[in-house]
Amino acid sequence: MTTLHNETDSLEALEVKNLTIQFGGLKAVSDLNLQVSKGMIFGLIGPNGAGKTTAFNMLTGVYRPNSGKIQAFGKNLVGCRPFQITQFGVARTFQNIRLFKNLTVLGNMMIAMDHHPEQKHFWVLPSLLRTRPMVENEIQQEKNCLELLKIFKLDTRKSEIAKNLPYGDQRRLEIARAMATGAKLLLLDEPAAGMNANETKLLMHSIRLIRDEYQMTILLIEHDMKLVMGICEKIAVLDYGVKIAEGTSSEIQNNPRVIEAYLGKVPTDE
Amino acid sequence: MKLLFSSNSRHGIASLRNWILALVLIWMAHFFVADEIDPYFFSIIMYAGINIILAVSLNVVNGFSGQFSMGHAGFMSVGGYISAFATTQLETIYPEWFAHSFLMSLFFIFILVLAGLGAGFVGILVGLPSLRLKGDYLAIVTLGFGEIIRVFILNIDTIGGARGLPNIPALSSFGLLYSWVVITIFCIWRLVNSAQGRDFLAVREDEIAAEAMGVNTTQAKVRAFVVGAFFAGVAGALFAHYLRYLNPQTFDFNRSFEIIIMVVLGGMGSLTGSVLAAVFLTAIREALRSLQELTRIDFRMIIYSLMLILLMLTRPNGLLGTRELIDFIPNGSRKKKKSLESHP
Repeated sequence: MTTLHNETDSLEALEVKNLTIQFGGLKAVSDLNLQVSKGMIFGLIGPNGAGKTTAFNMLTGVYRPNSGKIQAFGKNLVGCRPFQITQFGVARTFQNIRLFKNLTVLGNMMIAMDHHPEQKHFWVLPSLLRTRPMVENEIQQEKNCLELLKIFKLDTRKSEIAKNLPYGDQRRLEIARAMATGAKLLLLDEPAAGMNANETKLLMHSIRLIRDEYQMTILLIEHDMKLVMGICEKIAVLDYGVKIAEGTSSEIQNNPRVIEAYLGKVPTDE
Repeated sequence: MKLLFSSNSRHGIASLRNWILALVLIWMAHFFVADEIDPYFFSIIMYAGINIILAVSLNVVNGFSGQFSMGHAGFMSVGGYISAFATTQLETIYPEWFAHSFLMSLFFIFILVLAGLGAGFVGILVGLPSLRLKGDYLAIVTLGFGEIIRVFILNIDTIGGARGLPNIPALSSFGLLYSWVVITIFCIWRLVNSAQGRDFLAVREDEIAAEAMGVNTTQAKVRAFVVGAFFAGVAGALFAHYLRYLNPQTFDFNRSFEIIIMVVLGGMGSLTGSVLAAVFLTAIREALRSLQELTRIDFRMIIYSLMLILLMLTRPNGLLGTRELIDFIPNGSRKKKKSLESHP
């Protein structure tokens, strides 16, 4: 790829330095350091309450960290509002699905694509008069949405109301919607939660596909170890807000601290 | 392959056909029919028109954006007083202008827009601080702001204070008022069916998800609020120049409630539902007036509340829910196009 030598391409997709947040006396995340290179599938795992979702919420501007730096594609994210972060190319999905429940599948996608950085913006008057460029833009936008939906095999369900979709489809629609914002870095919060083995397999395939075909970078939180070990090229493990390990799947699996965090310490005789 | 908004792909003048037709019909009625109508019945038609504008504009805020505002009468009063003050002052300074009715009507259009802009500006002032709140809290704050506006007007002596503002020139004609009804419905219909409207819906559905998808939710909410306030201001101005007398008491929270009832009754997020409910409630109020004279009890509020209770029990989403009338027509053009919204 020749584009690799571009100035912006030399940057990491996501750089997190000494990220810390405190709720009262509790340090939910302390001194977290992460580096996610472009095109990587990066897993963030850890036992319940380890601070994974809190970290996500800081990355997407829902929480403001007490200290630390977050940079995505060379842009500082600390202090930005969630919608600005999305426009910098970082989009997320939610642990408990947050679709626009009463809107159609296509409606969900259109809203996200309205805020694509390359999307033309029309102010009130063209919308009122339905000028030709505005209408053509609308049609084109719809085509783009359908193309994205096709990746997740949702294009046949475009007119269905989001809340009527099966659970697995809702999860996939959320990913498609995050992609429609034009994001290059996707933060997936437990994408396989509640999915059966088959659906998870399909999801793994889709995640690999969007990485390969759309040059996405993916950071995901997941409890499903089959998925994490299967597709993540690098994994970081959080426990009590501290990163205790980072490495490839085999490194993580054999790391004694990780085993301790998940299964507990083997009692030793004093 | 058939596109989802295919019947929507008409653009420019071609897409305006039906709206222009409606305007032509209204002006034909204005010139040929309006004078023949019984004055009492005529006044009901006029008030219905004003209520349609109010209900449809409040629907943008309460229905499409999901922000429960209870201060709509406040914005109405701002528009009413701005326009009434302007025209009464002008009448004393340049009485000869008012002799020329056509010129004056043209000028009145300008004043109406001015009244709308004034109300819209107040909408920004009220919206920016209060739209940080959600649900019940927002309702209370907007209710408070509505009352503040009323008390504020009550204490300005140049516009009459508690005495009210009398002798407002009669400039709201049938044609003009109903043209604004069409303009209001047109603008809001187009707005909620565009990218701007999608932002409103996103905010209503899930604010956190909307923000995560790049929607500037604060801005979207303020935008909806300002659009609602603008048309409320226009309605207030039309109201002032029809009744020819303004009193702050007219714009107390009961007036806001009346408009909310119209929106809830018609269906939050249904423009045609708001239109129907506005007409229905205006008519039933007059019908109940005779009952009130007979029994000397104000049955209106009792019947309003009974109706709402009954409605909430049977159709919790309002008469039409989020649907429009056109969705009920079999093989209607909207069937093919399918809106973004749910039709439960």
